[in-house]
Amino acid sequence: MNLAVRDVRHNAGRFVFTSVGIGLLLMIVMGMGGIYRGLIFEATLLVDRVGADLWVVQGNTRGPFSEVSRLPANLEYRVRAVPGVLNARRFVSHTIQREHQGRPLRVVVQGLSWPEDKGDWVPIIAGRRLGQAHYEMIADRSLGLSLGEKVRLGKDVYQVVGLTQGMVGSGGDGLAFLTVSDAMAVQFDVPGEATRLERAARLARLENIDLGRVTPLLSERVVGPARELPALTPPQVSAILLTLRDGTDPARVAATLSTWPDVTVYSTQQQKDLLLSGMVDKARRQLGLFRTLLIIISTIIIALIIYTLTLDKIRDIALLKLIGARNRVIVGLIFQQALLMGAVGYGLAWWLGGYAFPHFPRLVVIEPSDLIQLAFIVAGISMLASLLGIWKALTVEANTVLAT
Amino acid sequence: MTTAIGTTPGVEATRLTKVYGHGRTEVVAVKDVTLRVARGEIVALLGPSGAGKSTLLTAMALINPPTSGQIHIGGELVMDGPRALVDLRAFRRQHLGFVFQKANLIPFLNALENVQVALEINDVLPGTARERAMELLDYLGVGSRADNLPDALSGGEQQRVAVARALANRPSLILADEPTAALDSRRGRQVMELFAQVAHDRGTAVIVVTHDARALDVFDRIEEMEDGQLKSRQRNS
Repeated sequence: MNLAVRDVRHNAGRFVFTSVGIGLLLMIVMGMGGIYRGLIFEATLLVDRVGADLWVVQGNTRGPFSEVSRLPANLEYRVRAVPGVLNARRFVSHTIQREHQGRPLRVVVQGLSWPEDKGDWVPIIAGRRLGQAHYEMIADRSLGLSLGEKVRLGKDVYQVVGLTQGMVGSGGDGLAFLTVSDAMAVQFDVPGEATRLERAARLARLENIDLGRVTPLLSERVVGPARELPALTPPQVSAILLTLRDGTDPARVAATLSTWPDVTVYSTQQQKDLLLSGMVDKARRQLGLFRTLLIIISTIIIALIIYTLTLDKIRDIALLKLIGARNRVIVGLIFQQALLMGAVGYGLAWWLGGYAFPHFPRLVVIEPSDLIQLAFIVAGISMLASLLGIWKALTVEANTVLAT
Repeated sequence: MTTAIGTTPGVEATRLTKVYGHGRTEVVAVKDVTLRVARGEIVALLGPSGAGKSTLLTAMALINPPTSGQIHIGGELVMDGPRALVDLRAFRRQHLGFVFQKANLIPFLNALENVQVALEINDVLPGTARERAMELLDYLGVGSRADNLPDALSGGEQQRVAVARALANRPSLILADEPTAALDSRRGRQVMELFAQVAHDRGTAVIVVTHDARALDVFDRIEEMEDGQLKSRQRNS
């Protein structure tokens, strides 16, 4: 006869309410782990999907996911000349926030190296990939944009020609894929007035020196568009992505590039490691701390409930001792209840999580290994939580039952 | 089966003394008491409150060790002063049955399970235990209430279930502490008659601590305690 189950049945209401509470706590613990996994997934998604063998970034920096990386766009042509390089693409990625239809729209603008890259590697769920060099975009569904919708970014309007899903940046914001030139236009867009002021400033600076006074043609040039000024910095990109020829040793190409003092080279794995050790690490520690606290709280709650349930039946336990029950019968009664409470809570957490997690603002990824790990943790805390009740039960005297 | 009151020892307390506290707070609850109850005999233990009846009973129940004296149960020396000579819990499980003023049924078990649990604790297989528990409930006239939780039973029915539980492991000694205190006189008498029936039918030694003078005729012997000592003795014919 299982005394634990019968007692639980008798105190079903209290047991169910407590288990629901424990279940909700465990669901949050489960969710925290899932959010961490989701964070890693989202952070590394782009690095994984973009499919580069090597990342060339600004010298002495850790790449666009860790800090600002600025490279001249024409570096693309230089790296193509390196033996073993099949293809080089410009990589532009930056986050913007705009107002769209009365609500804030936060977008990670991702440049595709048109015309080589039209977004074939982007999983399209509706519409198509990019079909022209300008004014088109593929948007992640999480941005809430619909197919055919037009969005003003900077001075230009871009039409959503394709929708993708699950493509988000490391901050959880949806990606919008534009051609690199469009992405750069969005990135470096400045208001007309700012452009006029900048041109006037250039002219003033020129006139302050003799050169401006003696070369009127130069004065005409400095008030023109910036792209027509050869002395100014060429358009800048965040990184250059390299695809290597089959059979090429990436280390060899990286070794060649590392002799260039203006760039730093990372493999995809190194880029992911930098990403994870930087921005994700703090989140991991924070979430880990929350998880630990919640597990401790769950343990205390289970312990208190089990202790209270034990106190409620202390006379029954004394009676069991009086009629000769072995300690294992009494320990089993309490221990099984604690385990049952943990198991029901865990089951509820899993079940409720299945409904709740998809509605979380950040992606929640629950791995089977995490579920197994949490199951062991729950079993452990249930055992730990039962100790107080077991201690109470084992110390009660059999003659307590005689007290009226 | 009817067992005549014989010479087979059920329980024997010899020169039992129980002292609580020490020094100025010392209280002698039981003083040099010798009591022998044979198997098949039912004995009433009377006396005013504080006379030491319950202390004597709990000492003989092996849950309150005496300060000095010896306790033999079924011919076996189990307590020599405060020293236990056997595993007391195992001994209680196998040889003793208890009934209290309150039935003390486990509230989350039904009547049948309350009896069954005593058998399973004593390593009787669940199927056999269930069968045996049902037989006992039938024997005590509460078989029809087997599936009811204690809350749904009357006081008398609860006490019968408690008696069934006490009988479950065929104990050589049943100890009852004011088992009829919570019952009306008719039900109280029924319970006392039940004890007598159990003692005589099953050859069990039964000691009942009681204040209830209305059913004393069912006892084979009446012992009276006062100030921790046995004062008088009366044997019913």
